[in-house]
Order: sequence, then C-alpha cells, then structure tokens
Amino acid sequence: MALQNITSPHAHGPLTTAKVMRRLLLATLPGVVALTWFFGPGTLVNIAWSCLLALGCEALVMTLRRRPVGFYLKDCSALVTATLLAIAMPPYSPWWLILVGVASSIVVAKHLYGGLGYNPFNPAMVGYVVLLISFPVEMTRWAAPLGGGATVTPGLLQALQACFNPATFDALTMATPLDLFKQHGDLTVTELWLQYPHFGRWSGVGWEWANLGFLAGGLWLLYLRIFTWHAPLAMLAALALMSALFYQGGNPGGAGSPWFHLLGGATMFGAFFIVTDPVTSAVSTTGRLIYGALIGVLIFVIRVWGNYPDAVAFAVLIMNFAAPFIDNYTQPTVYGHKRDGGSKP
Amino acid sequence: MAETSYRELSLNGIWKNNPAIVQLLGLCPLLAVTGSVVNALGLGLATVLVLVSSNTAVSLIRNVVSEAVRLPAFVMIIASAVTCIELLMQAFAYELYQILGIFLPLITTNCVILGRADAFASKNPLLPAVYDGLIMGLGFGVILVLLGAMRELAATGALFANMDLLFGPGAAHWRLVLFTDYKDFLLAILPPGAFIFTGLIIAMKNLIDGQIKARQDAVREQPEAGAKRVRVTGKIH
Repeated sequence: MALQNITSPHAHGPLTTAKVMRRLLLATLPGVVALTWFFGPGTLVNIAWSCLLALGCEALVMTLRRRPVGFYLKDCSALVTATLLAIAMPPYSPWWLILVGVASSIVVAKHLYGGLGYNPFNPAMVGYVVLLISFPVEMTRWAAPLGGGATVTPGLLQALQACFNPATFDALTMATPLDLFKQHGDLTVTELWLQYPHFGRWSGVGWEWANLGFLAGGLWLLYLRIFTWHAPLAMLAALALMSALFYQGGNPGGAGSPWFHLLGGATMFGAFFIVTDPVTSAVSTTGRLIYGALIGVLIFVIRVWGNYPDAVAFAVLIMNFAAPFIDNYTQPTVYGHKRDGGSKP
Repeated sequence: MAETSYRELSLNGIWKNNPAIVQLLGLCPLLAVTGSVVNALGLGLATVLVLVSSNTAVSLIRNVVSEAVRLPAFVMIIASAVTCIELLMQAFAYELYQILGIFLPLITTNCVILGRADAFASKNPLLPAVYDGLIMGLGFGVILVLLGAMRELAATGALFANMDLLFGPGAAHWRLVLFTDYKDFLLAILPPGAFIFTGLIIAMKNLIDGQIKARQDAVREQPEAGAKRVRVTGKIH
C-alpha cells in the first residue's frame, strides 16, 4: 500500500469573490423553487427586475466613483444583494418598490459606505428595512399560497403585470402565518391550527417547504466551506431554545412551537444567507457563536413582543452594529502569547 | 479683534463656518423638526431671533460681567430670549408652537447660540455682534429649510404644505404638488431620513468646496502672460 504524502497547502484553485457569489446564487435555487411553486412566479419577476436594477445602480455608482465598471460588475456581489432582497420581498411587488429597495441597498448601504467589503450593514437587509418602515402596506401583503388559501397561482404574464402595471393587478392576498399567529387572541395553538388550514403542518403552507429549501441550499454551501457552521447553528439553536422556553404548551399566552419558529418566516433564509455575510458579521470563532446566538434571541423577541411580523432583518442589523465590538473582545490569542500580556486595544 | 470685516463674517456664517453643516452644532433641532418646510422655517426664524437678541445683550454687558460667571450669565440671557420668542409664537402661531413642542424651549441649549455668545459677542462691540448673530442664524436657518424641503419632497412628493401655520390663512393653498400619485416615503420623515439627508448636504458642500479649490489651483498654476522674452531659469512673476 503506497501512502502518498502530499504536503500542505492543499488549495486547489483560488476561490475568487465571483466564484463564491455564483455559488451563493446557485444555493438559493431550492428555496426559490419552493417559493415559486407555492406563491407563483412573483419571486422570479422580483429577482429578474431587481438584478437588472442592481447592475444599473452598480454601474452608475462605479462610473461616478471613476472605477472600472466591468471589473466590479463581474464580481456578482450586486447580483447577490439584489437576489437576496428580491427573495425577502413579497412576490408581485410593484416595480417602484423594488427600485427604492435596490437603490437603498446598492447606493446607500453599500457604496456610500465605501463599496464591497467596507459596508458595516448588510445591504440587502438595509434595503428591506427601508421598504418595511416606509411602505408597510405593500411590504406585508403576501400572496396566498397554493393549497393554503389559493387554488391556482398567477401566471407569468400576470406576475409581469403585477410588477409593471400594479394598478390593474388584483391577487388573492393574505396575512403571513407569523402575522396571523400574532393576532391569535384567545385561541390555543391547536385550535388555531384547526381553524386556519394555511398553517400547514408546522409553520404555514409553502413556508415550511421554502425554509427547507433554503436549509438545503445552506447545507450545500456549508459543505463547500463557503462559511463555517458557527453563526447559523448558534442562531438556530438560540431561536429553538427561546421558543421552547416560551411555548407554554400551546396556551393562548404562549409563543409558537420551536418548529413554527425554525421553519416559519425567513428563519432558514436568514440563518444561511444573511447571518453568514462575511463582511458584516463577527469574524472570530467565538465571536460568530455569540453573534449568531444573539441574532436568534433577538429574532424571537422581536417576533413575539415586537410590532413587525418578521424580525430577521431588524435582528441582523442590530447585531451588525455589535459585530466590531464582539470581535474586539473575542480576539483569539496568538499561540505562545499570554492573554493579558498582549497589546490589546 | 481689531478690525472686523463684515464680508468675512457673512462668508463665515453662510458657508465657510456654517453652524449646521461645518461646525455641526445644534444637530438636535436640525434633525428633529425638519420634517417639513414650515416646521424648519418656524424653528429657523426663532433661532435667528434668539441669536440676534442674545448676541446684542451679551455684547452690551461684555465689559461688566466677570470672566468667572460669564457662562451662567449668558445662559440666563439666552433663556430669557427663548422664553420671549416662545410667548410670541404662542400668541401669533399657536399651531406651529404646538408642532415644534419641546424643541422651541430647547433652543436654549442649542450650542450655536452659546457658542456665538462666548466666542464672538463677548469679545466684540455691538454692531459686529448683532451682524454675526444675524448671519450665523441665517446660515443655520438656510440649512434647516433646505433639509426640510428635501425631506418633505422625498416624503410626500409636495412642498410648502401647511404654510398657513406661519403666514396666516392666505397661505393655505401654497402647497405645491410636484409629483402626483406619489406613495408617501416614510423613511424621509423618520429620524434616519434626517441623518441621511444631512449627510448628503454635507457631501454636496464638500464637493463644491473641492471644485472651487481645484479651480483656484488651476488659476494659480497658469503662468502669467506678458513675458517679453524667454527666460532660462527662475519663475516669471
């Protein structure tokens, strides 16, 4: 038996920004397919239109900043931001809503702070929050999912019409399960599930499959080592723990079950595509655990006791503020040096 | 200060040393009440009046008040001026008074006013002090109104709404709708909008300053015309 002895480094080909970004785009596919299956092609139109706008915004800003436009367009980071924002937005959003969101993401949150790698806040989430606090009506109007209120989903032509001629589009819309759960009044969880069929098995028809899709994409990215497991796992664990503590056996006063929170709303999407953003999250290993766990706790707190239906964007933005602070206190010591003897800032 | 040039005072107050966007003083009212033109104009006028009257009083008593107690004395003067303005506003523009709320009495703590009293009015004779108060107040007010206009336009797609609060019933129809069928953009009215638009105004000023400087440098580097013969060494003056 011949044992081949290959010395390190075992790197095979450089992992460029563009390659990472393309894999990230590919990994959103299962979740996007699930969203499209249950809510119709609205998400696809969102993604196409916002990608187009993002490329336009990026090119415009790069021209203004006198940087090579083609070089920066090719790193696909604008496309990733636009895709994440488009997935987070309700399907069948009008064109101007997406325009405002993309402009806030790319121009304000990304380039006014110095461009890719310098932005302290996740651009997609900034765009989303700007829209949510500015246009709450449009941003909380989700289409009814297939099998949970709707019997057919709108066609592609209707989806285009919804985007570019919103006045003539009239879709069946309803509150999201998270929203509905918040207004459950005196019903216990069991009664609520019986009364509303669109809660599905755990967290709402369509939503559970979309979350499982994003989970699958995220696990693929984890397998490719695009990011480490620390932040997403810490976030999911903290969210599960919080919801288990406050479940209260499904009483009217309690919050939803851990399954409801783990597979509801934007949980999996946030855990694997937003929390793992290398620019805006904490970078040390311990720091990532703390960062992820606090996001999980905040998501639960804002979901259950806050005013907004979902909380991933707010939780992530709050923790983006804290990331440099966390990094400062979780700096690993260099091997051979004492923790207190170093030159800590 | 020996000789005070009014031209320099004006340039300082409006542009080079603008209290709002260069010294970044008095940001609290700047950010809080500039949701619309009428609010901004109301607070801007109030600030100008307070600044002029406090500068006048401080300049008049500058040789009487000792160094040790000057700050309490200045604050007393400013507080009295603010109270006068508040009462006047209560009498003549009651609705606006209610909208401006706590930010009207808070003019007392506006750093621009105490800053000008201590840095300028307490060291200068009456006339320059009054002029400085006027021009600094105008510099602050112009930025307030500009910010108010930008935020109102971004938020509602129209300008000059509710101007009757300040100018009487005749101004009720001054509202100028620039974009019809406009969805209200709440962010511009909310505090983050104030920060974003203030940042944009500061960036705009820096851009203009940079261009002016570049133009001046270009003019300076041009060789002067009129040299009669070619010199081999040295610069032609």
